[in-house]
Amino acid sequence: MITVSGLRKTYHARRREVVAVNDVDLEVRPGEIFGVLGRSGAGKSTLLRCVNLLERPDAGTVLVDGVELTALSDRKLRAARRRVGMIHQHFALLSSRTVAGNVAFPLEVAGVPRTQRSARVAELLELVGLSDRAGAYPAQLSGGQKQRVGIARALAAEPTVLLSDEATSALDPDTTRSILDLLLDLNRRLGLTILLITHEMDVVKRVCHAAAVMREGRFTESGPVSELLLTEGSELAAGLFPLPAVQTRQGETAFDVTVSGPAADEPLLSELVRELGVDIRLLGGGVETLAATRAGRLRLAVAGRGEDAAGFLRRRGALVTEVTR
Amino acid sequence: MTWSDISDLLWEGFQETAWMVGLSAVLTAVGGLLLGVLLVLTARGGLLAAPPLNALLGLVVNVGRSLPFIILLVAVIPFTRAVVGTTIGTTAAIVPLTIGAIPFYARIVETALREVPADVVSAAIAMGSSRRQIVGKVLLREARPALVAGLTITVIALVGYSAMAGVVGGGGLGDLAIRYGYQRFETEVMIATVVVLVVFVQLIQMLGDVVVRRLSHR
Ligand SMILES: Nc1ncnc2c1ncn2[C@@H]1O[C@H](COP(=O)(O)OP(=O)(O)OP(=O)(O)O)[C@@H](O)[C@H]1O
Ligand SMILES: [Mg+2]
Repeated sequence: MITVSGLRKTYHARRREVVAVNDVDLEVRPGEIFGVLGRSGAGKSTLLRCVNLLERPDAGTVLVDGVELTALSDRKLRAARRRVGMIHQHFALLSSRTVAGNVAFPLEVAGVPRTQRSARVAELLELVGLSDRAGAYPAQLSGGQKQRVGIARALAAEPTVLLSDEATSALDPDTTRSILDLLLDLNRRLGLTILLITHEMDVVKRVCHAAAVMREGRFTESGPVSELLLTEGSELAAGLFPLPAVQTRQGETAFDVTVSGPAADEPLLSELVRELGVDIRLLGGGVETLAATRAGRLRLAVAGRGEDAAGFLRRRGALVTEVTR
Repeated sequence: MTWSDISDLLWEGFQETAWMVGLSAVLTAVGGLLLGVLLVLTARGGLLAAPPLNALLGLVVNVGRSLPFIILLVAVIPFTRAVVGTTIGTTAAIVPLTIGAIPFYARIVETALREVPADVVSAAIAMGSSRRQIVGKVLLREARPALVAGLTITVIALVGYSAMAGVVGGGGLGDLAIRYGYQRFETEVMIATVVVLVVFVQLIQMLGDVVVRRLSHR
């Protein structure tokens, strides 16, 4: 649905060159929620703004729904942009327009006649649960309500793709959850493809099917969350399941054991104990339901027969890394 | 001088001032908005970025703003003749008043438009807006309260400038105060004129404030 290849964007500021996006390839499949995770300054916003060409990349191509945006004339690009919705960290609503007026904006821009506009606006406000605030001005709304207006507006022109730039970063945890639930719901009901960027691990946990970690303009890892979890040295896995420091006793071997999918719900540990007759201690970790998969990551200390234990777990589909110190 | 003489003078002066200020305010609003929008659009990184043109416009505006009004009044006389056919009288005074006020208002417009948050403009571009739509539906529309507040300041400045219009026979309240109060020591006329001017300015400010309040939804 979104295919980005060889994307590169350099800024020239005060004789200093900043390569904000450095040779990024990205593939978001139809109906998928893809999260790009990274620290401040990693180039996430620049990447997103290159997808709808708010920024012209220096190199690379962007395809959305089969159309190569990077090859379009200005006029065609304006039309193509209407098929790509976008929501913003600080909502970016027009303060001089009511809620209904804001949602109607993209329709107005596209030349939809007034009568059709108001019907569509009512439908969208219903969808985001704000029918009763149609006549309010943005200044009279809470942050969560403003973002709902932002989402309704982004969906007005029936886009196939939604881009989200830190849409929940300005919201409290409860409101964040309700906005993420709304995005998930839209993804399921409308089959909306979503590319979102965030610096919150929790967002990836709750909504993303696939993800990438971005650092200094590059993707250091990228793929379906369930696969990244089973990838040696994955930052995403480490971030999703924080583990305590390793503390082993004499004769113990410590392992990090990651499981994803059905394996996460099998009685692996008791089988291990029964099979090998070893003692194990749980140092930390957890099992969780992510948007993408059920997954678990545990830090274990095994007393004796460490190699055999690792082998057993690997055969059962777990990623096992020795971390003894 | 009787009270009835004074009130006749005041009425006449008021009409002249209102005509001069009113028409030049309308022309200034149009000219200032155009120039202000151009300043924003042609700036580096703007929607129609053209830094050399922007620098030129900036220079013109600054020259206009640095010229003392009394000098401008005389300097534009040939231009005034070309436009209105005469160089003296109330209507003739409108030309220098407008020329003096446009750069002043243009800078206010420029500042007001820059206050529209960048992410709002970028959201409008992302929704497929044309440049014309961005200027009309986003920049000017979002800046409306600031544009009206700035126009109020400009109109009041015009009331002040118009006092000097006597130099080209423009008449008006300011001229009345200078001729009777200052040159002929008719203190009552001067005081009455000043009172009328104060009330006039006060009314303009109040009207401006009311409109700003109605437009503002922040
Ligand atoms: N318009 C610009 N001009 C110059 N440099 C820029 C511009 N926009 C971004 N940069 C630089 O590009 C780099 C990436 O910025 P970007 O905004 O994409 O990061 P980000 O990952 O979105 O960060 P954050 O989480 O803080 O939003 C930064 O070093 C930034 O300073
Ligand atoms: Mg950012």
